[in-house]
Amino acid sequence: MNEQDDPLNRLPTPDMAPRSRLLPSLIWLVPLVAAVAGLVLIIQTYAGRGPTITIQFETAEGLEAGKTEVRYKNVVIGRVSTIELSEDRQHVVVSVDLRKDAASVAVEGSRFWVVRPRIDLGGVSGLGTLVSGAFVGVDIGLGDEQTLQFVGLEVPPAVTHDQKGTRYVLTASELGSLNIGSPIYFRSIPVGRIVGFDLDEDGEGITLQAFVDAPYDRYVTSRTRFWNASGIDVNLDANGLELSTQSLVTLVAGGVAFQSLPRRGEPPPPAAADSAFRLYDDQITALAPADNIAMPVRMRFFQSMRGLSKGAVVDFKGVEVGKVTDLELEYDPARKRFAANVSAVIYPERLGRAYAQLREREGGQDPAPEALFQRMIDRGLRAQLRNGNLITGQLYVALDFLPRGQSKQLDRESRPLEIPTEAGSFDQLQAQIADIVTKIDAIPFDDIGGNLRDTLARAEQLMAQINTELAPELQRTLEETRATVAAANRALAAPDAPLQQDMRMMMEQVDRAARSLRNLSDTLQRNPQSLLRGKPDDGEEINDD
Amino acid sequence: MTSSVSGRCPRCGAHLHHRRPNSLMLSWALLIAAAVLYIPANLLPIMKTSTFFDGRSDTILSGVVVLWQEGAWDLALIVFVASVMVPLLKIGVLAGLLLSVQLRARGRRLERARLFRMIERIGHWSMLDIFVVALLVALVNFQSYAQVQAGPGAAAFGGVVILTMLSAMCFDPRLIWDGDSAVPTGPQADE
Repeated sequence: MNEQDDPLNRLPTPDMAPRSRLLPSLIWLVPLVAAVAGLVLIIQTYAGRGPTITIQFETAEGLEAGKTEVRYKNVVIGRVSTIELSEDRQHVVVSVDLRKDAASVAVEGSRFWVVRPRIDLGGVSGLGTLVSGAFVGVDIGLGDEQTLQFVGLEVPPAVTHDQKGTRYVLTASELGSLNIGSPIYFRSIPVGRIVGFDLDEDGEGITLQAFVDAPYDRYVTSRTRFWNASGIDVNLDANGLELSTQSLVTLVAGGVAFQSLPRRGEPPPPAAADSAFRLYDDQITALAPADNIAMPVRMRFFQSMRGLSKGAVVDFKGVEVGKVTDLELEYDPARKRFAANVSAVIYPERLGRAYAQLREREGGQDPAPEALFQRMIDRGLRAQLRNGNLITGQLYVALDFLPRGQSKQLDRESRPLEIPTEAGSFDQLQAQIADIVTKIDAIPFDDIGGNLRDTLARAEQLMAQINTELAPELQRTLEETRATVAAANRALAAPDAPLQQDMRMMMEQVDRAARSLRNLSDTLQRNPQSLLRGKPDDGEEINDD
Repeated sequence: MTSSVSGRCPRCGAHLHHRRPNSLMLSWALLIAAAVLYIPANLLPIMKTSTFFDGRSDTILSGVVVLWQEGAWDLALIVFVASVMVPLLKIGVLAGLLLSVQLRARGRRLERARLFRMIERIGHWSMLDIFVVALLVALVNFQSYAQVQAGPGAAAFGGVVILTMLSAMCFDPRLIWDGDSAVPTGPQADE
């Protein structure tokens, strides 16, 4: 290859300069920046992650791994990452990745539940989840210790921790139509709800947890009474039919109402949280005065107990003072009769003012109620079974002072106190009616009937006789009477009747007599002395008379 | 002409060099940066979809999995190849080439040169994912009903693709042929 022809040799020589050593080293900043950027990105993403918790549910219905959100007050605080069966295959275990700022959710006492559309008697909830899909709701607990294992609720809690209010414990013998979520009313305002119930250990009763929202919880005091306000209260009394219900919801969902007893003086302080109250069956019993003193009594009746039941009323002059607690049949060997032993409990305080006055009469002492009642028994207090309802035949025990009550010898010291009994008013009535019926039976209705029939036959005979014999005679008499009247008519009414002639003459004479009388009166007026002295002319004649 | 001095054309002022200066170092640096970014690119979501009903965020791999599960295996394959395989292949091949040059390997020079040309060509296809995300973000924006947002993974992934391309650009393929006296150093090796 020719040196001259080589195009390379004809090229100008490039300018040579020393290369900067600094610039190429700067390229190492690029991976450094990349590393830093990558690290920052990763940290940013993963630093936002909070703890992972597991929640145990009965079913994973509506839940989707990677999709279902966990929301608190509708703010997304986490997401379900996995859903697995528990080892015993009884539950599903849901893992939830919480957000970093929601790490405080994973504390003791937090509750989780699945929010699904729910329709119950109290209303409709969770409709939004129809389109958005179910999510997991949270109620953040009050504990401080972090836990990562939770057991989810199957139904949303009636009360969440962020709701202000107070919990109370109600004891009742039956749940009735109450349920979790049943409303609690105070003067017909819904102020709370039932949040739970448990059967007592011994199965003898139930315990309900009630929650009353603030600020209404301050109306719950030691004097507050709760009662079951479910359904309709129908009250038929002298004022007519009364129908009361707290709200339409209570008709179907049940409800509880409370009210405080009337108080004197300062209002009592609000009851402490978790105070226990009794749940009464209805408003009347709830608000009845407290029965602090209970006196058991015993009565022995010698009549049928049909219609008397446990719980029947013991009544004193119209006041319900107690109730029957037990009925027992026993044989009385002395009288060789069966007797019904009725146990009852009397609350003397229900006598109200009368009881206070009775105690005052005892002179400052505070006698046992038994002593007071013994005194009343001495004055003739007797127990009687009376008919409370003629249609159903319900009986009640009436305490009353009976005038005829002879003093029965009863053990004065026996406890429980025995109240002497008297046959019931209805029994007495029955006996009297029986008496009357016997007497009526004794009346000889047959004979009376026979006599009556004879009498009637004779009367009929008489009538026939009158008809056949008396009537024609009577008719004849009447005809004759009519003839007589016609004759009289003729004699009196005809213009030429002698009676009329006589009458006219008599009238003329009367007229004349009247005229002379006028003359006389004129003369007397003119000469009044003529009465004494006679007529001036022929007055002697008069005087001589 | 050694690598310590830089030449300049007296007529047009362009940089002249025998071999691209600092080619290996630049290439290595960019490749390492790309490899570093490849981790967040795959771990972080590249797209956040929020609709009226729910929201989800997908990484590249989870998107592939979802596509596969929904039966669109062909699409899943395309996305997988374009977004996972190609960048990985590119990083791996570049690293191999750089290593072979650094170790002055002599064998299979032709294959290596072809490999380099191939990865340089397919490197652009990795941008497919980025384009999809960019299009969706721009098109699907109905406020609360449906919205698509680019995730942090998208930025990282874009960085990976660009850095690998730059790295490939910095690599001087003539270096493959260096150190072999049998083949003359000359224009035929110039790409």
